Amino acid sequence: MLTFTLRRLLLAIPTLLLISAVIFFMVDFAPGSPMSDIPLTVPPEVRAKMMAAMGADKPVHIRYILWMKQFFWNEPLYGIDALLGTDFAQGAQRIISWQSKVPVFQLIGERLPQTLTVMGTAYLIGILIALPIGIYSAYRQYSWFDLAGTFFSTMGFSVPTFFTGNLLILIFAVKMGWFPTIYDTNLRVTDWDSFYRMAMQMALPVTVLALFNAAEISRYTRASVLENLNQDYVRTARAKGMTEKTVLLKHVLRNSLIPVVTIIALGLPTVFGGAIVTEQIFKINGIGAALIGAIHVSDLPVIQTITFIFAVLIVLFNLIADILYGILDPRIRYD
Amino acid sequence: MKMKTLLLGAAAAFALAPAAHAERGADGELKILYYQAVSTLNAYLSSGTKDVEAGSLVLEPLASFDQDGKLVPRLAVDIPTVENGGVAADLTSITWKLKDGIKWSDGSDLTADDVIFTWQYCTDPNGGCAQGAKYEGVKSVEAIDPMTIKVSFEAPKPYPYQPFTGATAPILQKAQFANCLGAAASTCTEQNSKPIGTGPFVVTDFKVNDVITLEANPNYRDPAKPAFAKVTVKGGGDALAAASAVMETGEFDYAWNTQINPEQQAQMEAGGKGKFVNAFGTLVERIEINMTDPSSSLAEGERSTPKHAHPIFSDPKVRQALSMAIDRNVLVEVGYGNAGRPTCNLVPAPAYQASDNTGCLTQDIEGAKKLLDEAGWTDSDGDGIRDKDGKKFSILYQTSVNAVRQDFQALIKGWWNEIGIEVELKSIDPGVYFGGDAASPDTFQKFYADVEMYANNFDGTDAEPYMAQYLCNKIPGPENQWQGENINRFCDPAYETLLKSLSTTTGDEARGTIVKQLNDMLTKDSNVILPLVDRGRFSAQSNSLDGFIMNSWDSELWNVADWHRVK
Repeated sequence: MLTFTLRRLLLAIPTLLLISAVIFFMVDFAPGSPMSDIPLTVPPEVRAKMMAAMGADKPVHIRYILWMKQFFWNEPLYGIDALLGTDFAQGAQRIISWQSKVPVFQLIGERLPQTLTVMGTAYLIGILIALPIGIYSAYRQYSWFDLAGTFFSTMGFSVPTFFTGNLLILIFAVKMGWFPTIYDTNLRVTDWDSFYRMAMQMALPVTVLALFNAAEISRYTRASVLENLNQDYVRTARAKGMTEKTVLLKHVLRNSLIPVVTIIALGLPTVFGGAIVTEQIFKINGIGAALIGAIHVSDLPVIQTITFIFAVLIVLFNLIADILYGILDPRIRYD
Repeated sequence: MKMKTLLLGAAAAFALAPAAHAERGADGELKILYYQAVSTLNAYLSSGTKDVEAGSLVLEPLASFDQDGKLVPRLAVDIPTVENGGVAADLTSITWKLKDGIKWSDGSDLTADDVIFTWQYCTDPNGGCAQGAKYEGVKSVEAIDPMTIKVSFEAPKPYPYQPFTGATAPILQKAQFANCLGAAASTCTEQNSKPIGTGPFVVTDFKVNDVITLEANPNYRDPAKPAFAKVTVKGGGDALAAASAVMETGEFDYAWNTQINPEQQAQMEAGGKGKFVNAFGTLVERIEINMTDPSSSLAEGERSTPKHAHPIFSDPKVRQALSMAIDRNVLVEVGYGNAGRPTCNLVPAPAYQASDNTGCLTQDIEGAKKLLDEAGWTDSDGDGIRDKDGKKFSILYQTSVNAVRQDFQALIKGWWNEIGIEVELKSIDPGVYFGGDAASPDTFQKFYADVEMYANNFDGTDAEPYMAQYLCNKIPGPENQWQGENINRFCDPAYETLLKSLSTTTGDEARGTIVKQLNDMLTKDSNVILPLVDRGRFSAQSNSLDGFIMNSWDSELWNVADWHRVK
């Protein structure tokens, strides 16, 4: 197992290098210019100077090498400095956003809490809803509960979040006035009152995302439980006179959760990446909103860095899912 | 709803405690929404309107433009003129005097050194200053005494008020920005997001592209202002959601640039919690006519260059017919409602510069047809499309991707079809169209189309640099990487002569007369530019907010120190 993990980790390095190059060059060659957002009142000579000051006029391969150095060397040094209070970085050049002139990692640091709170809660609630529904639907296959569950998960999966999100805002925030429509990033939970306000502003986006996540996970759970219910060991357990509760929750559930855990692990990068559409609709200034904002103004350093971090997370969680699989199911060992 | 009640309660408690009137910070929190979130507060690093305006809460120029476009002193004692001796008789220098006793928010004094430093900061060749145009032609800025600044120009400047005026050219504190000159400018994150200013508010927290928190500046020069103790400037979402947050849900006091279509405007107004405010400046949506041949059969590097005149549009009658066929009133009704008004002028304001040109406002389809007949364009083969010497009257009409612009394209295509012109439409991603990339065939400067549509305006109230865009040597082409501003490739010696006389004329009235003539040469006389709509600023304001004066010449937040709650 250890050699397998090490081998996979080593293999991840060339994969990530390749991904970084593909992302960097693709984003760079995409049409659009950071100058497009600047009013036409700014004359061409001034524009040229602005481009030069950002380093945007340098050839793309030079910028790629510089970005690599900043990403893999300078930024980690700044990270260490921030943690330990040291000064290894010594003012080395950071990855700086073209639009806001702020280090990209500072921007990510400001955005991550909102994304983690909202997406994390939504993912957790989604799982908590999905598992019981999935298990019970499979256990009572073709019952009205199963049919209703299937109906709702199909709905949840096929109706896009930009529709449900806007619908909920229109009904519950605009017409009823129960919830705010704009997320307050400055709100800190310090007492019951602020906790209440936090819960209120998270309610709608979390509902939308939790339903979406629950729909997906409950389908996987149901399928997996169904498959296990027909296994020989289940019949054996029943023959031994075990209660249905023990059969279902102890024997069947444990085995059926193996693929579900993998699915959940593979979905985790989205918790960090943020839901681009949902964040935009509910004005949550998370990572997803930062990315879409950067795309609008061709802020290449931000796009390239965030997209690459997504790639790193996806590679990482794939690895974690593989390892979890091995740990949970002793029949599957990779060495 | 609950949060709102609590805030109102808190505000009320604050307001009741002291004598209730004219007390700094008495009105609690002001909540502002800029749906395009603010990226930096340093106007010299970003010319985005949102950044410039948010910065104006903190940083101030020597003088601002009021709602009529008139300069009003801010940090300066008065506006220097030739009459009061502030502007040299030969127009080569202007001398500003600072008001006494103005303090930065950190308690130190504002001096002439700060003003000089600001000029050095923006003119450093490695700094990439976004407002470089404000300081063009400035030879030196020097202190005569600690409170007096003399700006000298390289040549006589009949309009010497560009440097240090308006929200785009605020004064920075030398002590804070001393290490941020040149290439270091963009690394000064702390300074750019929390500048020390002389304005009514001080930044306490800045979250990039998200939310800014400010509080009343304890050292602001008027002890009774600002009325608000705290300001939140929030970003995110779109214009419609921003309008709704003020007009329907009442979560915010003021939302910037709520440009939505007339139907949605009416729906929002029914919300009853706020009102729309508008003001008209110089932003004009127009159709530009290509005077050169964009045909793809020409060699690259010759396409859309003065080497080949446009085969159809070289005849002024044809251009006039295009203009006559357009119903500008319908365009406003469909696209802008109260946020726009029809115009025939390239320079629609201020009044002393605006020509009384209204001839284009009534549509005249029959007249247009007649003109085309006279020009020799007739439908000889009966297919509904006019032709001349075997060539069809078929044109390509391009603009950026934008809901209103696509509506305009469809309407105008309809009218032009009616007078027998075949029109092909093209819409280009704004990032590419306005991106200025010399390698792309789709930038508005390259103009590989017969007509194109966009909006443009000028900074401040003086139109001279704007009119100077139509000089022959500013035509975009391969030799200048397609970076010129003379988009139509207009070239007229009479125009150049008249423009030269503008650069030696002083006084609003006299200058205005010349600008009007220049404007008419480009619009009603030659129809090289077809102005369509004068687009105003359009924002939403809560009914509980008072003291707001909409301004289209400066930051919309220009008089935020005077804003207060309705008592």
